[in-house]
Amino acid sequence: MSTLNYADIGDVVPRVTGERAALDETVDLRIGKLDRRQFLKLTGLVGGGLMLSFSTPRALANAAALQPNGYIKIDATGIVLYAKNPEIGQGVKTSLPMIVAEELDAAWEDVEVVQSAIDQGLYGAQFAGGSMSIPMNWDALRRSGAAARAMLVEAAAKHWGVEADSLSTKDSHVVHAASGRKLKYTELATQAAAMPVPDPRSLTLKKRDQFRLLGKRITGVDNRALVRGEPLFGIDQTLPGMKYAVYQKCPAIGGKVRSANLEEIKGMPGVNDAFILDGNGNAMELLPGVAIIADNTFAAIKAKRALKVEWDESDASKDSWSHAKAEAERLTNESGPAVVDTGDVDAAFASSGKRTSGFYTYHFVSHATLEPQNCTAWFKDGALDLWAPTQTPGQGIGSAAKVVGISPSKVTLHQLRCGGGFGRRLYNDFTTEAAAIAKRAGVPIKLQWTREDDMAYDLYRAGGFHQMDGSVDDDGKITGWRDRFITFTNDGRRPVSGGGLGAGVFPAGLVDNVRVEQTALPWKNRCAAWRAPGSNVFGFVVQGFLDELAHLAGRDPLEVLLEVLGEPRQMGRRGMHTGRAAGVVRLAAKQAGWGRELPHGHGLGVAFYYSHAGHIAEVAEVSVDDDKRVKVHKVTVAADVGPIVNLSGAENQMQGSVVDGLSTMMGLSVTFENGRVEQSNFDQYPMLRMPSTPDVAVHFVDSDYPPTGLGEPALPPLAPAVCNAIFAACGHRIRTLPISEEGFSLA
Amino acid sequence: MFPPAIKGGELTPRANKVSKLLDLGYNGHLESSGEGVTTVNLKVNGETRNLGEIDPQTPLLWALRDELKLVGAKFGCGISQCGACTVLVDGQAVKSCSYPVSAVGDGQVTTIEGLAGNDGELNAVQSAWVDLDVAQCGYCQAGQIMAAEALLRANSSPGDDDIDQAMASNLCRCGTYIRIREAVKMAAAMRQSAEAADAAE
Ligand code: FES
Ligand code: FES
Repeated sequence: MSTLNYADIGDVVPRVTGERAALDETVDLRIGKLDRRQFLKLTGLVGGGLMLSFSTPRALANAAALQPNGYIKIDATGIVLYAKNPEIGQGVKTSLPMIVAEELDAAWEDVEVVQSAIDQGLYGAQFAGGSMSIPMNWDALRRSGAAARAMLVEAAAKHWGVEADSLSTKDSHVVHAASGRKLKYTELATQAAAMPVPDPRSLTLKKRDQFRLLGKRITGVDNRALVRGEPLFGIDQTLPGMKYAVYQKCPAIGGKVRSANLEEIKGMPGVNDAFILDGNGNAMELLPGVAIIADNTFAAIKAKRALKVEWDESDASKDSWSHAKAEAERLTNESGPAVVDTGDVDAAFASSGKRTSGFYTYHFVSHATLEPQNCTAWFKDGALDLWAPTQTPGQGIGSAAKVVGISPSKVTLHQLRCGGGFGRRLYNDFTTEAAAIAKRAGVPIKLQWTREDDMAYDLYRAGGFHQMDGSVDDDGKITGWRDRFITFTNDGRRPVSGGGLGAGVFPAGLVDNVRVEQTALPWKNRCAAWRAPGSNVFGFVVQGFLDELAHLAGRDPLEVLLEVLGEPRQMGRRGMHTGRAAGVVRLAAKQAGWGRELPHGHGLGVAFYYSHAGHIAEVAEVSVDDDKRVKVHKVTVAADVGPIVNLSGAENQMQGSVVDGLSTMMGLSVTFENGRVEQSNFDQYPMLRMPSTPDVAVHFVDSDYPPTGLGEPALPPLAPAVCNAIFAACGHRIRTLPISEEGFSLA
Repeated sequence: MFPPAIKGGELTPRANKVSKLLDLGYNGHLESSGEGVTTVNLKVNGETRNLGEIDPQTPLLWALRDELKLVGAKFGCGISQCGACTVLVDGQAVKSCSYPVSAVGDGQVTTIEGLAGNDGELNAVQSAWVDLDVAQCGYCQAGQIMAAEALLRANSSPGDDDIDQAMASNLCRCGTYIRIREAVKMAAAMRQSAEAADAAE
């Protein structure tokens, strides 16, 4: 279908998200053609499976330091804890070491946190995605801390000639209460290093009520450096003799370079070189383009503006949003292959008292990380060093090695703080470009994408279309639910990442008669994971349509939501627990004062969504004026994600998810015509600013379930909560995101 | 007011002057006509720094980052939309991505690297940012801090609307606005109590 190869598109995040794994097992895909009627039914997709790799911590050889595993180094000078995963703003550089420090019983003030090297043999998978850092590392980190603590206790016991179980630990000390003696960890480190590393499974871990650090508010470990403007980010790296590179690709993705005014560019002041790269055939790694190398960023950017390229667009994207929308509207008139088909929807529709339907649409959006993509690279003596803000350093190493033609063992990737991720930096096209340019340049280069590059060559959150139909009986109970979903595919085989519905989609298993159909339109512009992939749009559709059915029945939407959730039970192995779901719904409703008398023009809306193992409900209070201007007064969030690691960081993620959700639903879209993205910078992509920020109240359920991540799951309920509130306030049902498309704006 | 696309950024009086001087619209990239280079001395954080020969149209942002290795100010959009590049020129917040280095003249540039005291002690705005754990990814925060610093130098006790207005030109993709607002208030209070203490002495 396309000579653009998207071979790696499914191999990055989806492996680690339960939703995608479930999808891979169940999907039948129909491909809609934009130009002619032809459906292709595909089965037998490769199962991703959830790959949770835990490496057994191994002791590192260093006689003077206690280093029982990759996370801890204690010597006479202090306690160092290593943060293994990329920091993208989700707070893991602080929260992961906190988990170690808790079981280690180290005083947080005594701890220095250092970003670890990439060593997946030592650390297991190192990445930031799928809100997986906490759940995947919780147990291993606790045991790592407990192992070091046990060795320190053993060393103290030997030193004092007492039994180990007569000792306790607190604030980086081993204490012998009976004699009032105590020793600092730093004083015991050398002796402790000589103790055998205990079997991690043999250790006794703390009970939750013994936690001293976890659950407290801890400021981020990089904050002091951040407020001084120290060089923490990828973009801040400088090497001796470093040159500055830019890379121009075809505005319609898939286009190749026919010719370019290279000589003219090379003659510009400050320009060192300009050359064409062919691309490596993988759209996720290296697209064809023209590289320019200059003495500084401004010279490079100026030269890029003067660059004239003749593109061969014979195989380039012709993507068009307006064509896609027209085709989707046509396709929803007919039945498609089902990913969920329980009960008998048609019979339910035929026999039920009331029916309603609605066509839901959401646009493509961009990640728009505030730090544009960049990577510093140095190819020297057959080895490559990369300084990169990436969410998947391991994959970055692999792609760079491939494009440079060396073994991955010859590539070192220095992981740097990322100025936002949101899923964009799961894909290492920018690091691969830097590697290819560095190979040719022979000097260290920093590849800098402009904002215009960043918007034109994102891996977008795909748009989508859902024809929804539902019915309620005379008692107001939901009897039938049908979702005809039109999505997009890049490779012709699978829906794009975040664009596939699986067997677990709401309300499968909750309503008797449910049918969910899925059809994909071919699309060349790359689409991929965007914060809470799938959930960030499906939440809007299913929680909005549920609200429609509640109103059709003339019932309170809160009551209907709780009725649909039903008895407390676990839905499948990785699905939600309906009891936890109902718990957060009730908590959010109570805290928001559901049912209270509201001022004229105000409305409350509720929504729940389960994603990334997090149960989250939100209630929005809005008012709408006659000019369709919406003021979001307050958003109340209730979350059940197990014990909280860092209360400050957790709350920050919730506040940020609400703002991100609101920003995106209000006015953000990326549109395509003739294969090209029509937006180029923030003046055409108006993100939310401070004056429009609502109050956000965050409530965490105190629960003993294993802790899960918070980077993503608070985003999906926001849009439906606000849209349901808008309906309550003014009677207008929103079925399009962003809602600016329906004439609404923020007051 | 949604979403307030800030066309061309808000022009400070100084930027207006500069804009006239160079006949730049401040609404986009600096279009280059001349290819010349010039020698520029820049007063940054209390020191005079020689930039050597430089394209006079080089935005202050890239002069700071590439030539002086002061990388606190960040590149976000390049067109005065996001505020990540905010620095002070003579105490006023400017978007350094759209401010030609040649227009600084004798102006005193303050970057985030110049906020802390000589002993390394964080100033009120920096301390409030740390105490309230404002940052998520942190990329916008240097710009936010400089915008807040400019606000507090001009208005020692800003109300909510003053804060919203002053900070509206700075985007935070991570959505930390709630904490930024609190931190500005905390910093204002810290500055006031410091002044009161000074006055009492
Ligand atoms: S980089 Fe200057 S305003 Fe965005
Ligand atoms: S903290 Fe990430 S952009 Fe503001």
